[in-house]
Amino acid sequence: MVKRFFERFYIGLILVFLYAPIIILIVLSFNSSKSRSKWGGFTLHWYKELFKNQSIMNALYTTLIIAFLSALIATIIGTAAAIAINSMKKTPRTIMIAITNIPMLNADIVTGISLMLLFVALRYTLGFTSVLISHITFNIPYVILSVMPKLKQLNPHTYEAALDLGASPVYAFFRVILPDIFPGVFTGFFLAFTMSLDDFVITHFTKGPSINTLSTKIYTEVRKGIKPEIYALSTLMFITVLLLLIIINRRSADKKEPVRRL
Amino acid sequence: MKIINVLNTKAPKSNLQKNGTHNLGIRNSKWLSFPYILWMAGFIIIPLIVIVYYGMTTNDKRITIDNIASILNPINLRALRLALELSLISTIICLVLAYPLAIILRKSKMKNNSFIVMIIILPMWMNFLLRTIAWQNILERTGVINVFLKLLNLPSLNIINTPGAIVLGMVYNFLPFMVLPIYNVLIKIDKDVINAARDLGANGMQTFMKIILPLSLPGVISGITMVFVPSLTTFVISNILGGSKIVLIGNVIEQQFRVGNWHTGSGLSLVLMIFILISMAILSKYDKEGEGSGLW
Repeated sequence: MVKRFFERFYIGLILVFLYAPIIILIVLSFNSSKSRSKWGGFTLHWYKELFKNQSIMNALYTTLIIAFLSALIATIIGTAAAIAINSMKKTPRTIMIAITNIPMLNADIVTGISLMLLFVALRYTLGFTSVLISHITFNIPYVILSVMPKLKQLNPHTYEAALDLGASPVYAFFRVILPDIFPGVFTGFFLAFTMSLDDFVITHFTKGPSINTLSTKIYTEVRKGIKPEIYALSTLMFITVLLLLIIINRRSADKKEPVRRL
Repeated sequence: MKIINVLNTKAPKSNLQKNGTHNLGIRNSKWLSFPYILWMAGFIIIPLIVIVYYGMTTNDKRITIDNIASILNPINLRALRLALELSLISTIICLVLAYPLAIILRKSKMKNNSFIVMIIILPMWMNFLLRTIAWQNILERTGVINVFLKLLNLPSLNIINTPGAIVLGMVYNFLPFMVLPIYNVLIKIDKDVINAARDLGANGMQTFMKIILPLSLPGVISGITMVFVPSLTTFVISNILGGSKIVLIGNVIEQQFRVGNWHTGSGLSLVLMIFILISMAILSKYDKEGEGSGLW
């Protein structure tokens, strides 16, 4: 019993550690004082101000567009690559996976700098497209690594059966393979979207002066003090994702698939 | 941030799985990888070559090793040493915190393990810069901790702008990357193996040392890399929690680029890459099947 209590207590401590800053940020979004370190009473003022603040809304718009486009393109390229890698022989497959791992294991600062140097060397103006390209680059591996396990679970005979029954490869892909690997493709897209949303370092180096994402906007405000509207915005985003995840979790818990094992 | 490495850690495989064929074998599917290969060549391989080029040349295109040698400058050397120390300390703290947590989570037999993963990952949905800034609120002289200590009539702590605050920021930001790989490996350990050990007379400690610990090693190793590399190279955490006086190697590099010293900055990045390569090499030793660096 004592052991049980300690285990609960330990989990509790870690959760407090992980969630304390988030609670602070949510509290700050309702703080009527502009200063981060003073509590001036409860207000919803910043939530109203948020939608009037053009520069924050612009940054949000840029962030979401880049996250969506980079996740989408990465999902297409990554899913195709995963299918190809999956049917490769061992050696080329090992090489491909090693290359896939580079952006994941490499430090963000090195990835960011190297991409920036490439764009500069090509005399390509840093801006929206350079950020988009960089985000696609670090997003593809997430998609590949999410899709691969689903491909391994696939029954190869269904695809062959579809071909034998006269389906074209493309038709067979969309009707037989894609539905089976879809959870992996979706996870990949979702992860890619998140990674893009949360990235600061790589965006910082590849964005140039003309655009701002939320992360880079926050970074420029670190020294002079964060605008409270930002707290309001991130609280909204956090709550949205929390609700989304709860809904998804409920759903997948309802129709839980039996675990497929070979 | 690199979640997938964490979500998908290589599990100890059973023999059955090993022998099972997993080749989908779609005929002529090789061309499907061409866009990817082109993309990776263009935006991963070539940029790395470019950074090597910048790191080894001067402004007027002469080859030099001065950029790399600038790591020997006492200020840079101190920044590197401090970064190594702090990231090592935070990696160890993460490991010490995460392993028992992963063991407890495994025992808890939650029906839905994605729920656990979700709880640990969820904080990442609030911007990483903001979460780190929130720690200023907690650690400040007039912050949450000190207000609390005052209530208890205890002396106040001065944590903010010390190396300790940076370690705390690193542990906070990267702890999930240690917990999840270890947890993922632990839940995939076959219960029969553990039961067999117990049946054969091993006590709890022996089972842990001889069965659980060795089998969880791939998760531990990938956790260590996932915490060590970002801690070593961060400039944001030290910027926000360390004040302006504490300089890590990441800060030095960022500063070089900010003032336009690209060649020196690239040279120093090359030095950093040596440490990253060492971690990658260690990681790949645990990936005998070539399935993705023990992250899979």
